[in-house]
Amino acid sequence: MKVTFPHMGNQYVATKTLLEEFGLEIAVPPQCSNDTLSIGTQYSPESICLPLKVNIGNFMETIKQGADTIVFSGSCGPCRFGYYSILEKEILKELGHEMEVILFDPPQGDYKTFINSIFKLAQTKNPIKILNALSRAVRILYQVDALDDAALYKRPRQKQMGEVDLYYDEFHKEVRKVRGYRETSQLIEKTRKQILAIEEDPNREVLKVGIVGEIYTILEPFVNLNVDKKLGEMGVEIERSLKISHWLTEHLFLSPLKLTMEGKTRKAAKPYLKTMIGGHARETIGHSIRYAERGFDGVIQIYPLTCMPEIVAQSIMPTVEKDYNIPYLCLIVDEMTGEAGYTTRLEAFIDLLRRRKEKQENAELLLRY
Amino acid sequence: MTVKIGIPRGLWFYDYYPLWKTFYEELGAEVVLSNPTNKQILDTGVKNTVDEACLPVKIFHGHVFDLKDKVDYIFVPKMMSVYKREYICPKFCGLPEMVNHSIKDLPPLIDTEINFNKSRNSLKKTIYNFGSYVTKNPIKIKRAYEKALKEYEVYKSEIKEGSFPIDGQLNSKEKKQSDITIAVMGHSYNIYDKYGSMGLINKLKENGINIVTPEMMDYKVVNQHASTLEKKMFWSYGRKLLGTAMYLIEEKNIDGMVYLSSFGCGIDSIIVDLIERKARKKGRLPFLLITVDEHTGEAGVNTRLEAFTDMLEWRKRNEGNLSTHG
Repeated sequence: MKVTFPHMGNQYVATKTLLEEFGLEIAVPPQCSNDTLSIGTQYSPESICLPLKVNIGNFMETIKQGADTIVFSGSCGPCRFGYYSILEKEILKELGHEMEVILFDPPQGDYKTFINSIFKLAQTKNPIKILNALSRAVRILYQVDALDDAALYKRPRQKQMGEVDLYYDEFHKEVRKVRGYRETSQLIEKTRKQILAIEEDPNREVLKVGIVGEIYTILEPFVNLNVDKKLGEMGVEIERSLKISHWLTEHLFLSPLKLTMEGKTRKAAKPYLKTMIGGHARETIGHSIRYAERGFDGVIQIYPLTCMPEIVAQSIMPTVEKDYNIPYLCLIVDEMTGEAGYTTRLEAFIDLLRRRKEKQENAELLLRY
Repeated sequence: MTVKIGIPRGLWFYDYYPLWKTFYEELGAEVVLSNPTNKQILDTGVKNTVDEACLPVKIFHGHVFDLKDKVDYIFVPKMMSVYKREYICPKFCGLPEMVNHSIKDLPPLIDTEINFNKSRNSLKKTIYNFGSYVTKNPIKIKRAYEKALKEYEVYKSEIKEGSFPIDGQLNSKEKKQSDITIAVMGHSYNIYDKYGSMGLINKLKENGINIVTPEMMDYKVVNQHASTLEKKMFWSYGRKLLGTAMYLIEEKNIDGMVYLSSFGCGIDSIIVDLIERKARKKGRLPFLLITVDEHTGEAGVNTRLEAFTDMLEWRKRNEGNLSTHG
């Protein structure tokens, strides 16, 4: 059994650790690239959303490395993601790859299947061993998110442009070589310290922008055309509304128990969107409002073409923009997205934010005298 | 003064409108329907909706716009879920919000939430909430609902017998003319909208082809087939379409399948793919997918339909030795 899984931002570091702690042989998919996407686009239905296409690309690339089992997570609607596992299985089957899929659907009262999936993956029924490995993986997840936060903080402030990504890219190369919790954890910590030690330019005016939208496109740098790096080097500090560590805790552990960490966000979104409608539409709206309240300079929404929940959010966002007086930009990505046009739009938006901020500051100065 | 309630001729309209119409008329309200979809409605819809939305949602916005200045309330319920553990579509779930934020100066919306995802216990309360816009008398509401339900059953059985609600008007049943039967698949709001579907059903009928639609199926059979799926289909429209297709492919009592989908439909992107795979592999059934959006040219669709029906005829004559990958 050689296990693989699809990419989604930094999630692979934690999943890799988890599977290694279970003692499994794994195939980590190569970093998403244009090759991945073109393989995926070739075999996926035309009008499906982008994440599935990249997933298929990931699987095809790992099948070449000998993978025969897929670990995947799911949901129960109303977003399309819930049916990904079935469709992916069908596509791979048609291509002649009978893959075993170990699926982690949110247990809608059916804990037996869920627990059996865990047993199957862990290849042991010893709950202590399983919990141990799980807690280690979750710790890695939080650590890697902390590393990300450090990079997001430093990028706009670094004196020598590109220094953060020097360490950051190095980390992604190195982490594929290390094995197990201890080594991975040490590597993350080392990189985080390196990044935090980078010299800052004290004179730089840093703007703050919130990134909202569909979770996969926010997190996967290949799909969002490295929006963190692009904005970071324009002197913008970004905050992502969704993090994989939060998603995991929220969906696998809290929501079956009817608990949530998003109470505040939901409350903020309530006047605009009363109920959940699948995906992260409500979070998109709620987080935008909270960013506005926290004095952010702007909000950028990113989502894959035809994403149903985000379309609803997009039609509500102009009202939020007006009510909270916060500039808003919507970027939609698919396999046809051209990088130049995308960058131009980002640059124009950031220019606008800078001009706006200057104007506001000048107005304040004038008022003072 | 009677309350004027406007029902837009779009989306769930084709499934439920006799129910709502009778319900509100029994309560003493005046029900105003928007005009059947036409160019103007489509254009205002496109202008007032986000670019990314699918054609039926844009058309729906056009219908709401059409009713805007004519009525006291516009009926846009928040349809979350009509069956247990199923949803409709994220866009249906957020429809009242979408409409409200896209079109300015609207009269108040009747945006009561319909959510039977957990259980049907809230049915009575939901009905009362709908009725409370006209009267606060629960007995009157209950009676109106019962009457409406009867009307709705009649409507459903009419469709089952083969009279299609094109633009909401049940047309006359026609006798069997040819030996070719095609299943016209797709969401009810796509296939029964004459303008949006470019008269697909009428065109096929004019060619003397018998038509089967998902609404004509026996729900028990459909559900039975859908329940054999590996994972529960959590979209109600999806379950109906997939179940119907599985049944038809297994029974082999049709000659071909035409699927009318709208560009950007998330449900169709999965359902169409699954159906197409099944149709080609299991049943070796000719399958045609027509995707429409606001730019679709009618000539192109006509050509494809003609080619498809020609192929079916040849296939029948030549005992089906032609490729199914048409």
